[in-house]
Amino acid sequence: MPNTFLTRTPSNVIFLIVLAAFALGVTVLAEGSGIGVISTSFVKTLGKTLCLALVAVAMDLVWGYTGILSLGHFAFFGLGGYMIGMWLMYARTHGIVVSSMADAPIPPTEGEIVEAIGNQIFGVVGSSEFPLVWAFADSFTIQLILVVAVPGLLALVFGWLAFRSRVTGVYLSILTQAMTLALALYLFQNDSGLRGNNGLSGLQNLPGLDHVPQAQISIWFFWASAAALALGYVFAAWLVSGKFGSVMRGIRDNEARVRFLGYSVEGYKLFVFTATAMIAGVAGALYYPQAGIINPAEIAPIASIYLAVWVAIGGRGRLYGAAIGAVFVSLVSSWFTGGQAPDLNLGFYTLKWVDWWLIVLGFSFVLVTLFAPKGIGGLVDLWTDRKSPDRHEADLGPDAGALREQEASQ
Amino acid sequence: MKRPLLAGLLVLLTTLTAWAQSTPMQDILQKHSDLIVKSSRKTIEPAIQGVAASGLPQAQDVMQAWQAKAMWMRKADGLFFRGEKLDSKTYRLFDFDTGAKVGDVPKSDLKQIKPNSGIRAMIATALVQFQLMDPDPVLRAEALSAIERAPDGKLLEPLRASIEGETDLVLKTRKIRIERLLTIAYDQDETTRIAAINEMSDDLGLDVRATLNPLVTTTLTAFAGDVPNTVNVARVLEPDQDSLSSDAAYEVLVAQGMAPAQITRDDIRTALLEHSDGADAGGVPIAQLNTDAARARAYAALTDAGLVPPLVTDADVAASLGTHSFAEVYDEPSAAITTAAQDALDRITTRVAAGQAVDLTLDALSLVSIYFLAAIGLAITFGVMGVINMAHGEFIMMGAYTGYVVQQMVPNHTVSILMAVPLAFAVTFAAGVAMERLVIRWLYNRPLETLLATFGISIALQQLAKNIFGTQARPLTAPGWLDGAWVLNDVVSISYIRIAIFVLALIFLGVFLFIMRRTRLGLETRAVTQNRSMAASMGINPERVNMLTFGLGSGIAGIAGVAIGLFAKVTSELGSDYIVQSFMTVVVGGVGNIWGTLAGATMIGFFQKGVEWLNPSNTLAAQTYMIVFIIIFIQFRPRGIIALKGRAAGD
Repeated sequence: MPNTFLTRTPSNVIFLIVLAAFALGVTVLAEGSGIGVISTSFVKTLGKTLCLALVAVAMDLVWGYTGILSLGHFAFFGLGGYMIGMWLMYARTHGIVVSSMADAPIPPTEGEIVEAIGNQIFGVVGSSEFPLVWAFADSFTIQLILVVAVPGLLALVFGWLAFRSRVTGVYLSILTQAMTLALALYLFQNDSGLRGNNGLSGLQNLPGLDHVPQAQISIWFFWASAAALALGYVFAAWLVSGKFGSVMRGIRDNEARVRFLGYSVEGYKLFVFTATAMIAGVAGALYYPQAGIINPAEIAPIASIYLAVWVAIGGRGRLYGAAIGAVFVSLVSSWFTGGQAPDLNLGFYTLKWVDWWLIVLGFSFVLVTLFAPKGIGGLVDLWTDRKSPDRHEADLGPDAGALREQEASQ
Repeated sequence: MKRPLLAGLLVLLTTLTAWAQSTPMQDILQKHSDLIVKSSRKTIEPAIQGVAASGLPQAQDVMQAWQAKAMWMRKADGLFFRGEKLDSKTYRLFDFDTGAKVGDVPKSDLKQIKPNSGIRAMIATALVQFQLMDPDPVLRAEALSAIERAPDGKLLEPLRASIEGETDLVLKTRKIRIERLLTIAYDQDETTRIAAINEMSDDLGLDVRATLNPLVTTTLTAFAGDVPNTVNVARVLEPDQDSLSSDAAYEVLVAQGMAPAQITRDDIRTALLEHSDGADAGGVPIAQLNTDAARARAYAALTDAGLVPPLVTDADVAASLGTHSFAEVYDEPSAAITTAAQDALDRITTRVAAGQAVDLTLDALSLVSIYFLAAIGLAITFGVMGVINMAHGEFIMMGAYTGYVVQQMVPNHTVSILMAVPLAFAVTFAAGVAMERLVIRWLYNRPLETLLATFGISIALQQLAKNIFGTQARPLTAPGWLDGAWVLNDVVSISYIRIAIFVLALIFLGVFLFIMRRTRLGLETRAVTQNRSMAASMGINPERVNMLTFGLGSGIAGIAGVAIGLFAKVTSELGSDYIVQSFMTVVVGGVGNIWGTLAGATMIGFFQKGVEWLNPSNTLAAQTYMIVFIIIFIQFRPRGIIALKGRAAGD
């Protein structure tokens, strides 16, 4: 076996093999491409889950490896969704408008078509003009670029401002949370140009592909999500494997020391923050066409905190941990809140999981933080019998926030 | 054959003359009998006028009965009477003219006159002139309210006449004020009106502005040539200057029929459609008409053929605008009155603006105290102890729900609020201590983990509240003496609840300062925060101090919850609405310093109100801009407004 960054760490190979096997299995079992054991809606759920795993890997890079607890990455995720949603909605409405105007006695001009599209899209917020942000909505290529460009630019500007003034730790978390809240509140306005709290809808219908059944489209998106996850994972594995990864972990464990060694800490942080924001944007752009609708509530700060929850439960500081956490928690959550879990009869009280799941999740999260900081990924250590260095549980560095050895043993 | 007919006529005649002699009101009613029975708002006017203008003393009686649906018509002869209900089947009738009892009649023989609400309002207006002089002050006050609702020039004289004899001082002041307003609007004499305008020009009342505004309404009018001096001109406007675009100016010309309308894209489309022969329109194949250029070509061809009016070009527009002048013309013809009204309005506007500034400041202060209240518990747990407690908002919520539960058990609102405050403190103090003992103390020095663990608690607590109290908002009612508002004038007012919250915030500030500076606990807290092991070697038990301090911060959050619950609905999301703002308040103000928290709350509160004032329809935008502003502010003062220096800063 060649000695590449991928093969040096066995977990990378195993993860990619498992992902490929999973994708193949779903393809065989799915309605659109195989024997039809798995329904279309569940294929969509699985595809969405893979997107969530991708954004969790990004979150792990920025939090688990670099130590920046960003509470804004779901905002970048949502922005990516909005960018692709704008094109989907525009192009599809364009198709509908053109076909409905085809019977008109005089063929419509370009201007009339655009006007009619504007009426269709912005009628719900009492407007018909295209706002400035929709300037490129008719171009698939430009919107695709915007999927990474807009979250990337926002992360760049925000990160530059924040890192430059040495905002770190919880302050940075609160600041990113404020950014997320500001963005969500802004999008909630009707005059934000993105249809206020109606959001963008009908995204599951691909323009020009009305004749293709959703079963087929869902499996395409599933493949795309799996491929994106694989690529994102490989990128992340490459990033953390070399010197760059060492500097990232150095920043996490003791930022001041890394700075004194002559590294531009701000530059590293800014790069990681921006790159992961772009990955989040891509994940969002794949997620929302499968979900069918995006609205500002998706961006609310709570979503970004859940992202941190997934990564923490999965095991931060290891890439597969983040992916496992996202897949496990989101699937279990949707099982419990979807009303599929049987009620628990305690004799004096019937526990309805729809109501009680969040409480269980909240407290299990506290327990994981307290007793199993390695998360689900820690189970792998038990299995491989990997031992943590024994420093009698001392801190790893002079910084009050430095990791203790039990957390850093990854 | 002839005789019975003659006899019949004679009988009819005598009856008629009998009515004419003794029953003037009944005559009037009979005259309008059709209208009254028809009871339609559109046609009833002459009937009401007839009764009101009769000058008969019975008129007021009739109209009151009519308005109260107590007027009945006897089906047999169509006469109207006032009816009083005896029992469900029988009514006692009274004659309007004499007031005498006519007799008890079964309901089936009668028809009730049921005026609808529109008609009743018209009757009320007509009744006003009688009621103004009524001996009952309640009726007089009602009459004045009716005038205020529907001012009418006809009421000016009766109103003036009634002022002299008015004995009630309050009513007299009101009458004089309304008389002034009616004078401004309806008096015939110009000097009197101007005098009244000047007299009212220092009054901030909405009714004054409502009276003055119609006097200064203008209409944008176009004139061929120069503006004539026969009209009352507000200002002359030049198209493309003076805020009048040439498009708008041309539209005025079109509306006044002084220029042909511009041909819009839609018009072109319609015209082409009309003149198409199925394959071609204007010589251009229809399939090619999908660009504006092609359509223009086709339309030009139609114009040449004389089928459609020519396009109005920019040159045509410019030419038309050049030969016309535009002016805003007052609807009120008298220049003296419009000048006086404009001056009065300007004076009032200045004073209203000053009042609004004061009002805005009061609003901002109240917002400041709310933010301060929500953040003060955090100033202890986060600011002093450095513990990130994402469940702080849920402690606020627990406090509010405690208040709600207490109110369910103790019906008296004053007592229940007084009980709720210590109870809320106790409940959240206990919750805070439990949380500190079970979770947070294992995570000191690991702030990010603290953040996540407390967030886990936060979602669990929120869901628990949802499970217990449901998702709908629960009311926490303020005691009666906190209802209402402190009204300075028509512009400046502030509700008593907000004043109470302001006072509560001040009390909290005092309590905080006292505890931190004057008590043993405060001393120990500061010692433990600065250097835990040194404090421990001085004999302070850091575990106990941390526990109590955290409990104190949480307890204060609970009390803040009761206060916030008084004006916001209590839901399980109550706390999360405030959590980000609270953290912002503490961070912006400067961690570890109560004055900083106060400064942070002040800045955020005033900034948010300021943005809301610039864009009043959009409080979401205000919050967005506020957060963006905070992010930028932190660039310049990363340690907040009041930064701790030296050893207290912790590094």
